[in-house]
Amino acid sequence: MNTEFSELDKMLYVQITEEIDHHTTEKLRRKMDYEITRFMPRKVVFDFGKVTFMDSAGIGLLIGRYKLAKMLGGSTRIVNASKSIKKVLEMSGVVRIIPIEEKVC
Amino acid sequence: MKSLYDNEMELSFLSKSNNEAFARITVAAFAAQLDPTIEELADIKTAVSEAVTNSIIHGYEDKEGIVKVKAKLLENTIEIEVTDSGKGIEDIELARKPLYTTKGNLERSGMGFTIMESFMDEVDISSVVGIGTRITMKKTIKKSEKEEQIEEEKNALID
Repeated sequence: MNTEFSELDKMLYVQITEEIDHHTTEKLRRKMDYEITRFMPRKVVFDFGKVTFMDSAGIGLLIGRYKLAKMLGGSTRIVNASKSIKKVLEMSGVVRIIPIEEKVC
Repeated sequence: MKSLYDNEMELSFLSKSNNEAFARITVAAFAAQLDPTIEELADIKTAVSEAVTNSIIHGYEDKEGIVKVKAKLLENTIEIEVTDSGKGIEDIELARKPLYTTKGNLERSGMGFTIMESFMDEVDISSVVGIGTRITMKKTIKKSEKEEQIEEEKNALID
């Protein structure tokens, strides 16, 4: 996972590079929470372009980070999700609170 | 003894979370014999991941145990069985419900069974409290247009 924070628009860009399952979420959660609480971004963008697998553990992970970012005054977005990842996201309804955007960041 | 199936395999591993990836990748490699699309393969991987994760965090509750995964192929259908000797499910109907989870504190979404059910054609749960749980899932891989065409041509020749 790599992150970049843009001071100008207070945007935290999070590029996830690992497969997302129950095993990997704990580490991802810790890293993401550290960055979100450190920068208190106005907008968090999760880039799924390099994610080759995600199961329902990813839904819990995203909802948790959405809550934290929201509490600190920020919104969340997902970009570059593959067809199979979109299928998991759409089924769970998580896209209603974290919209998927097509644009490449 | 001749198997009723075209092919079979069995895996047995410790209930460690890093085996979740091992299990789904192995089953996907085995399922590749049916020539599935990338999407069908992703469906199988996700369903296996959900079932194995359930055994590890709910069945064994992070204690050590053995998770067994069997996969069988018959024509263009794959049957996958995930078994644990963990604590079992008290109320299967409740466990199947979307968003129901007993592990909300771990940020579990409660979508595991819903995903298995929508990504596979059939999902059967049998569980006995104190004995364990077995999930059986089936998925039929659709034949590609090219294969159908070849079959039609073959049939035409026979006629």
